Amino acid sequence: MVSDELMLKVENVSKVYKLGEIGGTTLRDELQRVWAKIRKKEDPTKKIGAKNYNKGEKFKALNNISFEVKKGERIGIIGHNGAGKSTLLKLISRVTGPTDGKIYLNGRVASMLEVGTGFHEELTGRENVYLNGAILGMTKKEVDAKMEDIIEFSEVRQFIDTPVKRYSSGMYVKLAFSVAAHLDSEIMIMDEVLAVGDMAFQNKCLTKMRDVSEQDDRTILYVSHNMNTIRQLCDRVIVLNHGDIVFDGDVEEGIKNYLGVYSEDKLPVEYDMSQKKRIYEFGKHAKLLSLKILNKENATFEGNEPLNMKITAISYKKMSRGCFIFSVLDSNGARVGATSTSYFTVSENETVERTFSLDLTNLAYGRYFIYVAFADIGDDESVIEYDDPAVKVFIEIVDKRKTGFKWDKKYYGNVYFPQAKEIL
Amino acid sequence: MEKQRFKTTITSKHKLFDLHLRETFKYRDLIWLFVKRDFTALYKQTILGPLWAIIQPLLTTFVFSFIFGSLAGLTTADVLGDFNIPSFLFYMSGTMLFTYFSTNVNKVSKIFIENRRTMGKVYYPRLVQPIATSLSNLIPLIINLFLFIIVWLIFLLTGSTDMQATWWLLFIPLIVLQLIVLSLGLGMIISAVTTKYRDLQMLVGFGLQLWQYASPIAYGMTMITKPHPELELLYTCINPLTPIVTTFRYAMFGIGYFNYIPYLVGWGITLLVAFIGLMLYSKTEKNFMDTI
Repeated sequence: MVSDELMLKVENVSKVYKLGEIGGTTLRDELQRVWAKIRKKEDPTKKIGAKNYNKGEKFKALNNISFEVKKGERIGIIGHNGAGKSTLLKLISRVTGPTDGKIYLNGRVASMLEVGTGFHEELTGRENVYLNGAILGMTKKEVDAKMEDIIEFSEVRQFIDTPVKRYSSGMYVKLAFSVAAHLDSEIMIMDEVLAVGDMAFQNKCLTKMRDVSEQDDRTILYVSHNMNTIRQLCDRVIVLNHGDIVFDGDVEEGIKNYLGVYSEDKLPVEYDMSQKKRIYEFGKHAKLLSLKILNKENATFEGNEPLNMKITAISYKKMSRGCFIFSVLDSNGARVGATSTSYFTVSENETVERTFSLDLTNLAYGRYFIYVAFADIGDDESVIEYDDPAVKVFIEIVDKRKTGFKWDKKYYGNVYFPQAKEIL
Repeated sequence: MEKQRFKTTITSKHKLFDLHLRETFKYRDLIWLFVKRDFTALYKQTILGPLWAIIQPLLTTFVFSFIFGSLAGLTTADVLGDFNIPSFLFYMSGTMLFTYFSTNVNKVSKIFIENRRTMGKVYYPRLVQPIATSLSNLIPLIINLFLFIIVWLIFLLTGSTDMQATWWLLFIPLIVLQLIVLSLGLGMIISAVTTKYRDLQMLVGFGLQLWQYASPIAYGMTMITKPHPELELLYTCINPLTPIVTTFRYAMFGIGYFNYIPYLVGWGITLLVAFIGLMLYSKTEKNFMDTI
């Protein structure tokens, strides 16, 4: 039941991180740095190959965001890596403070930003339940009252009096989640903690959270990259992008917004990547400018058609083994696979304009998107990524081909391997 | 919709003194569990268990008696006169008080660094941590006090010394309290500074060692006051640990040095250190995850 009572109100909240040298320094390092600056030499304490930050450069993890949450709402928070999801949860759970703005809370917050926070290896499962419960804000009495339920739910009754250092990671997760799920907190915050457990337990947890939310009017904030768990649990989603709220409302629409799945049938064939806002230092040493899918008006592919494309990019750096890396993701955002182009040399300030053909034969039917990155491959095969604009290049694979038997994606997945040949 | 009142507000602005005392009290079970955790974890998989708490100060006591007492022949008298005080009790009293002091300063000063994984993931009133640490460190001190009192009783009952039991014994909890507050405050100051600069951590060990020799732990007060009576007040007032140690001995033995001026000055410094410690700690606590 969602009532009108507000449980959480976030008002114009920003969080700014200073880039470059923060913390973990010694006084000697600091003095060396100042000395180097006086002599106009390069900072000796900087990591080799680390990016050069301008002095005082700041990174806005959250940019003046506001929203309200009513009692009993179950909110999914989605967004790409670096969108500010975890920062938001950290602020609400009071692990760190906002740079600007206010957050109002109405009730106890139980945050599970990580599984088994504060578990101590030497203590038994039971002792850890008390400790974990207390860290999450329960008194001993409350834990006592719930102990039986917690043990029952965790499925580790047999080992409850064994030190947790002997536990498997699965048992660890089960016990930890069980404590958090039985907490009498009004607001529950979870950051992908469920990703560790097995499927059956994940489902059990989601059902449990749904139940407590419905019965006790508990408010849930849940971050996940797994859209299916968001669908299963949440009744509202907030989509974050580079620290801004870009969507707030219905679950399905939010997921569509996040995955950028076009509702029209026509998929674009030209992408301008030059204006896209980058995270980290991407685009500074080399930059992807545009991608054009050739000989197509709509990015759908049939039969054994390859994806032919022209990529334009500029590099301010010399590369001996430059290449573009393609990561293919399915419409739920799950990674399917990746490959790169053949390597090419790039000279300084060269504009690269090259045409490639990507073989799609092994992709099963459905809608996918591709992330393109610009990288140099080191001598030790390490990948130095210079640009990753996170622009989604959508493609649709139409069936009627190749497998020779009816492909059910639920069973067989996204990749179809070449047929096994009989050895004669 | 009418304006709603909220129970908690998180802002970017800090009050100078934002301690969440009420909240800390609500988390008292957590303090207790932290203490229990530290105790269990420390002695798990050891044969002697809590006996280890006695062995270290006991060995130090013997080493001190040998080096400073027998070899160097340093005095163990806090006041002039010819009194017979067992040297074992003299060295042990100083050693166990200082062991607590240095352990607690050390452990409290490392709180942010050692608990950053937990603190980075979940909120609880941060003051819980130093309080719990100070209490867990108290366990070895209490064990030592037991041993001390047994030996003390033997000496007292056999009547072979000049020691006497006086009403001053009731003073001992207050002395221990001052010891806790002083080390806690100092530890919190260091903890706040070391989240950014780790250098200070290196100085702590060395500084504590020097401090030990600056306090009348391995020697009696008369070592200073006999040749330089004019230094008495300076020596006792500048170092709050001095009145703590001498008053403890005075209370235990019924003979020794007690002067209310250094004692009160000591309390003044102790409270000031605690105040600064709390202020820096509560200021650091809010955003330390971003700089550690």
